[in-house]
Amino acid sequence: MKAMLTGLLEWTDARFPLTKLWNEHLAQYYAPKNFNFWYYFGSLALVMLVIQIGSGIWLTMFYKPSAAEAFASVEYIMREVPMGWFIRYMHTTGGSFFFAVVYLHMFRGMIYGSYKSPRELIWIIGMLIYLCMMVEGFFGYLLPWGQMSYWGAQVIISLFGALPFGLGEPLTLWIRGDYVVADATLNRFFALHVAAVPLALLALVVAHIMALHEVGSNNPDGVEIKKDKDLNGIPRDGIPFHPYYTVKDIWGLAVCLILFAAVLFFAPTFFGYFIEQPNFVPADPLKTPEHIAPVWYFTPYYAILRAIPDKLTGVIAMFASVLIFFFLPWLDRHPIKSIRYRGTLFRLLIGVFVITFIVLGYLGTQAPTAAKSELGFRLGELYFSFFLILWLYSKQRTTGFNYTVLGIVAVLFVFFDVIRFDSENGALMLVSSLLVIGYFVVFVLGSMYTKLNEPKPVPERVT
Amino acid sequence: MSTDVDAGRRRFLTTSASVVGGVAAVGMAVPFVAAWQPSERARAIGAPVEVDISKIEPGQMLTQKWRGKPVWIVRRPPEVLEALPGLDDRLRDPASTQKQQPDYARNEYRSIKPEILVLIGICTHLGCSPSYVKRDQAPLGTGWPGGFFCPCHGSRFDYAGRVYSGVPAPTNLEVPPHKYLSDTRILVGADEGSA
Repeated sequence: MKAMLTGLLEWTDARFPLTKLWNEHLAQYYAPKNFNFWYYFGSLALVMLVIQIGSGIWLTMFYKPSAAEAFASVEYIMREVPMGWFIRYMHTTGGSFFFAVVYLHMFRGMIYGSYKSPRELIWIIGMLIYLCMMVEGFFGYLLPWGQMSYWGAQVIISLFGALPFGLGEPLTLWIRGDYVVADATLNRFFALHVAAVPLALLALVVAHIMALHEVGSNNPDGVEIKKDKDLNGIPRDGIPFHPYYTVKDIWGLAVCLILFAAVLFFAPTFFGYFIEQPNFVPADPLKTPEHIAPVWYFTPYYAILRAIPDKLTGVIAMFASVLIFFFLPWLDRHPIKSIRYRGTLFRLLIGVFVITFIVLGYLGTQAPTAAKSELGFRLGELYFSFFLILWLYSKQRTTGFNYTVLGIVAVLFVFFDVIRFDSENGALMLVSSLLVIGYFVVFVLGSMYTKLNEPKPVPERVT
Repeated sequence: MSTDVDAGRRRFLTTSASVVGGVAAVGMAVPFVAAWQPSERARAIGAPVEVDISKIEPGQMLTQKWRGKPVWIVRRPPEVLEALPGLDDRLRDPASTQKQQPDYARNEYRSIKPEILVLIGICTHLGCSPSYVKRDQAPLGTGWPGGFFCPCHGSRFDYAGRVYSGVPAPTNLEVPPHKYLSDTRILVGADEGSA
């Protein structure tokens, strides 16, 4: 029996690089030995993709992509298809988990500088994956044809109407294929959601892993393990991905799947965050729900869009807030990769950015009030300031340089406040500006006049 | 087989084949892009609709669907019409300079007959449908002179669909092309200019 299997493997290897692929990507792929908790999320994201594809294929077997039948067919899946509710909730929970896992994966990249040379392309491909996921989530959200599906799509498609030179209206008409979001829109979004974007996503994931395995993984110390190899050419601080990290990742997967099952069985709508309540009402083109909010993974960007009282500028700022991540490898040029060996201020900077992102996400789910819009605007300023400070921290700057940057920022932000000034909110604007002033005092003056931004020595080998 | 390679000829053939192939590839995009335009059926459904306005009471709003969008028809009472000019300094475009209405509706009431307001009920910000909020009513409360309020992003419009300053919506609500067939019937979607 064993001889037969060995024979079969030899026969295959002579015709297809099976053993070669196995070795290159698993058994002889040497990963740093010091991976920690944050390194679970890459493989978890891969599993989430598989869950989405599997549950998605099953949903297409029962779903009807037409305005007349879509809502009813989803209810049919929920009530009449055997175990249909399980497959549908797996897909909705999977969507949110996929985003949660990817956000944590991106956070890992940011704290350990995994986007820095030579891994810029891994980061860029990863950002393309993230964009594809956003597009995929947006298309998918229209398919149940509930109130939130309908009006959410209406709002997002209208964003393109902000384009100048008379291009906006024809473009939105072209995207919708009708004068409003209608059957034609649903039908094409279905095609894109189940075929076009998943194909792109799969291709990008393959490219992401190929690029990673070409240069090798980063690690929590940000030390290149390939610089220190033994006589066999194997990195001294590396261990084969299989079996060491396959086993570690399976443990992480088990924990993740327990959480997944807890949501799926006990809180599938997750208190209105994974599936919003208005989406249990069929789409009505004549009546907008009281309050429109996207699903949680879009809300930080949505809060930025909403905080700006000018349509085109708001749309530009929203797209910029997503696309700016693409430039991270060239904004943060500091030679030290890992947060472990950068200064205290850098840690604080990352921490404040995480808080900014989460609070913006919260604001994006809330109905707009004067105070919340104002806070959204200030946090939007802090959001972009984060990238400025990252760039400023890239190397030792002179006092004059720092003050010039501060001056430019001050002029720019005061200019924004002057053009959006409204006598009703004057006091609010003044108070909230302290947030931005405090931010720059801490991060710019702090790095100039204290030792809080001094890096620590980086070890030669991983710790 | 000759080993002499005519490099110039080879370069010419490669370049010309690439250019011709490239043109064909771009041409192939045409049907794929065109297929996303509204179909003939969608265009046909976008035809004008006739509305009977005789039963609308003063202050009442009737919603009619045209091209899948809500069209509002409001019979404005005289006191509402009198109050309109007093709002001018709180509005972004009180004189309707932006082309958000046909020329025959470019007047202080933004309508053909002063009392009958015809508007497309889609917010010019991001396409939500605003709510009709009468004077002093919730959610805007005391001091609100009456008009339309968009629940999505808080844009406000007066009783002529004119946008307030300091809200996200950039322009006044759109007045659709329309004409009177008789005193009690209007046609939404067509006017004297169109067939």
